[in-house]
Amino acid sequence: MESNHLQRQIAYTRKSLFDQGFLDEQFIQLEDLEDDANPNFVEEVVTLFYRDSTRLILNIEQALEKSPLDFTKLDNYMHQFKGSSSSIGARKVKIECTQFREYCKAGNAEGCTRTFQQVKKEHAALRKKLEAYFQLVRQAGPAETASHSK
Amino acid sequence: MKSIANEDLIGSKSMPHGNDVCQGPSSHSLNKKVTALVVEDNVVNQMIHKRLLSNLGIETQVVENGKEAVDLHHSGAVFDLILMDMEMPIMNGPEATRVLRAMGVRSKIVGVTAYSGDYEKRVFMDAGLDDYYEKPLTMAKLVSLLQELVDNN
Repeated sequence: MESNHLQRQIAYTRKSLFDQGFLDEQFIQLEDLEDDANPNFVEEVVTLFYRDSTRLILNIEQALEKSPLDFTKLDNYMHQFKGSSSSIGARKVKIECTQFREYCKAGNAEGCTRTFQQVKKEHAALRKKLEAYFQLVRQAGPAETASHSK
Repeated sequence: MKSIANEDLIGSKSMPHGNDVCQGPSSHSLNKKVTALVVEDNVVNQMIHKRLLSNLGIETQVVENGKEAVDLHHSGAVFDLILMDMEMPIMNGPEATRVLRAMGVRSKIVGVTAYSGDYEKRVFMDAGLDDYYEKPLTMAKLVSLLQELVDNN
């Protein structure tokens, strides 16, 4: 049946996000917060994350154009960015954020610039995957969201 | 959840009008809802912590830095639980905690911190925290600290 096929697609898409390391356990914490009163909580949080983190990316980009680099400022921005990423379970993004902060602490400008490209890459990749995932979920409708294994 | 009968925990009686009051379970005779204040500058974490608390039937307010938390208390607000982020602009967690304790606030204040060194944790605890948890806060951690809140009163 159409609905079964969709459910399987949702479950498979979700599972692969975890298997491929894009998401970690924290994403499940968000899923657990969904209920009938808040059926789209995860998507809402993720949407908020992307709005907020896009702003931070802009800030970091501008800061990276300054010379010399203000590593403290960069680290502060990344602290925020990493915090949000961590809170939505964005595992690969978080890993790159950690690397970036290491370079900040070491005062390594080249490392920061290089790693930031990775941060943006992972950030964008996850966004695409999550958008596709949520599109499927929305298609399935509120009462039919696949129950996930814990 | 047992009622919070301790006279320090005046709860919602003296709390200024909060945003979306959640009708949670009230399984006790005194019918006092647990109230919480989330002090956090990160909007994603604000949303998550608020939902965590609301899901447990806790009346929650959110402010975005330590100074707002202090101002709220100056205007007479009282909360059973304060979730205090460590790093915030204008007034950070440790400073806000110190100020609140100096004001005589005896609510349970729990620090919520991104991983930081032992020294920063010590400083934060010494500022007057009852406990701290590493971010992100989970339902399990929250239930655990709420149980302490109930048990200790």
